[in-house]
Amino acid sequence: MLKVDNLRLGFTAGKKMLAAVDGISFSIEKGETFALLGESGCGKSATAQGIMRLLPAAGRILEGKVSLEGEPLLSLSEADMRAYRGGRMAMIFQEPATSLNPVLTVGRQIGEVLERHLDLRGTAATERMVDLLRQVGIADPERRLTEYPFQLSGGMKQRVMIAIALAGEPELLIADEPTTALDVTVQAQILDLLAKIQVDRGMGMLLITHDLGVVARMAHRIGVMYAGELVEVASREAFFTQPRHPYTQALFEALPEISRRGLKLTTIPGQVPSLAAMPTGCRFADRCAHVMPVCREVSPPWREVADGHTVRCHWQGEAAEDARTRNAVTELDIDPGKPFLQVADLKVHFPIRKGFLQRTVGHVRAVDGVSLAISAGRTLALVGESGCGKTTVGKALLQLIKPTAGSVTLGGSELVGLKSRRLRGVRRHMQMIFQDPFASLNPRLRVGEIIAEGMGALGVETDPQARTTAVATLLQQVGLSDEAINRYPHEFSGGQRQRIAIARALAVQPELLICDEPTSALDVSVQAQILNLLKKLQAELGVAYLFITHNFAVVEYLAHDVAVMYLGRIVEQGSAEEVLRSPRHPYTQALLSAVPAPHLEARAEVIRLPGETPSPANPPSGCHFHPRCPQATDVCRQRYPATSAVSGTHTVSCHLVG
Amino acid sequence: MMGFQIVVLWSDVLIWLLVAAGAGVGVMIAKNPPLLAAWRRVGANRVGMASATVLLAFVLIGLLDSLHYRAHLESKPGQKAVFAVEVLSVLDALAAPLRSRNEKTYSAPFATRLYAKETMDVPGQGTVRDYPRLKHGGKHLGEREDEVAEDAAMTAFKAGVLAFVGWLGVFGAVAAVNRKKSPNLKLREAAFAWDAVLLTLLLILVFAVPLFWLSGQYHVFGTDKVGQDVLYQILKSVRTGLIIGLVTTLVMLPMAVLLGIVAGYFRGWVDDVIQYIYTVLNSIPGVLLIAAAVLMMQVVIDTNPQWFSTAAERADLRLLALCFILGITSWTGLCRLLRGETLKLRELEYIQAAQAFGVSSWRIIVRHILPNLMHIVIIALVMDFSGLVLAEAVLSYVGIGVDPTMTSFGTMINNARMELGREPVVWWSLAAAFSAMFILVLSANLFADAVRDAFDPRAA
Repeated sequence: MLKVDNLRLGFTAGKKMLAAVDGISFSIEKGETFALLGESGCGKSATAQGIMRLLPAAGRILEGKVSLEGEPLLSLSEADMRAYRGGRMAMIFQEPATSLNPVLTVGRQIGEVLERHLDLRGTAATERMVDLLRQVGIADPERRLTEYPFQLSGGMKQRVMIAIALAGEPELLIADEPTTALDVTVQAQILDLLAKIQVDRGMGMLLITHDLGVVARMAHRIGVMYAGELVEVASREAFFTQPRHPYTQALFEALPEISRRGLKLTTIPGQVPSLAAMPTGCRFADRCAHVMPVCREVSPPWREVADGHTVRCHWQGEAAEDARTRNAVTELDIDPGKPFLQVADLKVHFPIRKGFLQRTVGHVRAVDGVSLAISAGRTLALVGESGCGKTTVGKALLQLIKPTAGSVTLGGSELVGLKSRRLRGVRRHMQMIFQDPFASLNPRLRVGEIIAEGMGALGVETDPQARTTAVATLLQQVGLSDEAINRYPHEFSGGQRQRIAIARALAVQPELLICDEPTSALDVSVQAQILNLLKKLQAELGVAYLFITHNFAVVEYLAHDVAVMYLGRIVEQGSAEEVLRSPRHPYTQALLSAVPAPHLEARAEVIRLPGETPSPANPPSGCHFHPRCPQATDVCRQRYPATSAVSGTHTVSCHLVG
Repeated sequence: MMGFQIVVLWSDVLIWLLVAAGAGVGVMIAKNPPLLAAWRRVGANRVGMASATVLLAFVLIGLLDSLHYRAHLESKPGQKAVFAVEVLSVLDALAAPLRSRNEKTYSAPFATRLYAKETMDVPGQGTVRDYPRLKHGGKHLGEREDEVAEDAAMTAFKAGVLAFVGWLGVFGAVAAVNRKKSPNLKLREAAFAWDAVLLTLLLILVFAVPLFWLSGQYHVFGTDKVGQDVLYQILKSVRTGLIIGLVTTLVMLPMAVLLGIVAGYFRGWVDDVIQYIYTVLNSIPGVLLIAAAVLMMQVVIDTNPQWFSTAAERADLRLLALCFILGITSWTGLCRLLRGETLKLRELEYIQAAQAFGVSSWRIIVRHILPNLMHIVIIALVMDFSGLVLAEAVLSYVGIGVDPTMTSFGTMINNARMELGREPVVWWSLAAAFSAMFILVLSANLFADAVRDAFDPRAA
């Protein structure tokens, strides 16, 4: 149905034209989902924009053909193209928060498409809108039509976005990372919805994603993109059983999962070449484990390895050698001895102020009674969906946010309520690594200054000469050369920046590192590098980690202990083995089952959670989870469950247990 | 040689202090490699350097106009030396012909006769109504009044050739120095944007030299209502404009930056107080507030004539007071902008990382917040510079601007504005003042753009 033939897209940069997408060809049949898989910057979004002819101002379509049902799209006039956009093909974007216009009601935004493409107005349009909203699973659609986007949750916005995309009755749906910004339980809902709609309507779908789990769940065929080129196209089965391109194989190898716990993850060395300096031969040659001299000279042609499975690689071998044998790391298995950080009944409430006199009318209970303990050299993973308060816990431990109540004891001394001067001495023992490596480094300071900042502030190393040496040592420790000292953060890639952030935190030799989603902004191969580094540092320095994340694969790979948070409270806590293998709380069970796994094999039934996390300003009565819990009983609606112990280390807060 | 007495006005002190501070900063930059690298990037920016050349020309005029003296009056030997009441500047001395050759009233550029008919007694013809000849403009032509175009073109051409020859000299010198320093590099490829500077210099010379040459014989930009040469007024306005722009900014900047950052960073009651202050200031119509302040100041000045020995000193103090008043009333916009940006910055992770290290608040402000606000400050400064020059024009119109004896772009435009209703229209005053102001403001804008780009490490 959709045929893309040798499409080349470029972006003008000054006087030069840089090809972001360099000659890719693929086709999508009716009712088929074709997934474009690739890391950030490989040109997959540009491809989608090129097909819709919605490239940004600097973008140009250099050559190639795109045709929908045999009709060429690239030669259409802009006016004719508008009949295609939203009509015969529609697009869903990554960020539901910004893809809806905040000043128009939902009804107006859907109605716009209906009017333009189907010429529906008035009651006929309203009926159609209600119908569409029902199709995308929005309860009470009549009321929702008159609401504004801010009244909807993230998942609902994405549903509305899908409804808008469906309104023009498209033959082709382009979904650009449709669930990346959503929580796993909501992601599961949206993916189900997309799959169902596709089957119902027989649409073709172009799914753009970097998540192998999503691919496994949705795609029929998969195209792997690397540096603006397609390198492998395969059916779902072939892709997951026999990936042939070294890049695809490396992507699989880099995934953290429970079976790789004791191992170092395979990483892809180096970085994606920049658009301005593309190598002449195979673009992956510099990072490839199987590189041959021919790879550097001749760009490999397409080679059919099986029916419908083509690959662009000179290497004829099949599977990557088993990484297990070469990559074992000695894991520091410290007994959970006496914990050095203890958190008891920590509460952080933010007041809601209203009115002229700014009176407090309520509280957002971001953290509502959390108790934790971390021992030296171990990793505690704090997992939960967005808005559950896990980042607030991290900041409250560091006293970056003043806790409302509770206690944080570090090595026997109480931190809550400490004066800032006394607190400074304690800060040496705890440091934080942030989520976004692009926001966590001051762009106007040089790397050396960034790393030395903590040393200066905490008086760790006062002699400037010794400090410079220390910075160089730290950079080596995190795998960067000491040339980096005099460079600015913008000269580094995301993974390198995260290494700098880690070096900055390590500079004061802390015993505990609070890692706030340190890999969620990174690509899979880079994530593997950072996880390896964190593991190595733990083995060498014996630091403990409080690992705040929503990524269960990382938890399985890294964590010794796991605490699951829901709406400001910990609902289940225990060793990683216990929590991940035999979860007892219905929420943990649902979370684990909703994580899309990058495997082919059919999985146990996904537990569907209805709705989304309620607001912490107004938590439900009784057990916070009961409105979404499939097993809720009357007692759940009335009383918050007490914590009951399942084993010596495993505790659950649920009426169904104990 | 005539003796003179040096007069130091307060605004002169400020201007020369600024020059000294600029030189000091220059030395500091030269010793600091990263700063030097950033300024090298400014130097490599062609547009930036071209506008810097133009700005430099303006600043030069302003500086020449900031060296004041009182001329020695003829007195008998043995008597106490007496000095003229009029305070002159070096620029006045250089442009003495421009200053002294006044006509009776309006005359168009390159005119040989006045703009208005007058009743004259012509010997032999009795009383006639005609356009009288100018006293100075085109006087050398004598009877050949209709040859103005040829004469002016010829003079301009000669002067232009001379300017070009002079420029060739400069060009040769620069090229020679450049060849000595880096023999293989052509001037076009040099790290410093010499080509842009030289080209701008050529344009300035080819325009300015004939202009001044001709101004000795004609009123190149015409004359105003009281017959003063418009070119002279423009030269005098440059200093007023620079002072209004620079000194006001100096008054306003520390206040806006400090209060804005403090409000945004500390939040809480500090934020409330600062917001309250600028909301109150903003809710009073600006012109009225300034008018009230200026009028009060004027009363103070008028009741204390013993403070000033010359009219120039009085005008100068009034100018400075105007700068302060403008500064105190105009910081709110920038302050609000900086507060908003600080609110955003303080939530960024690198600030939190610094807080996690226990870095003190003031150090976070100086090291992490201020440098990341600099681009806003620079943009706001330049926008305000032009805004302030314009504000001065408005205030002068209401009668509360600079002292009437002081020339400024504002007073010029306002005087010219009155004459726009005339038929035939008197356009030259307005056009000249407007063009000069436009060139000044535009080059300041372009230069600030170059500086901002060079200091943004992400764009470098």
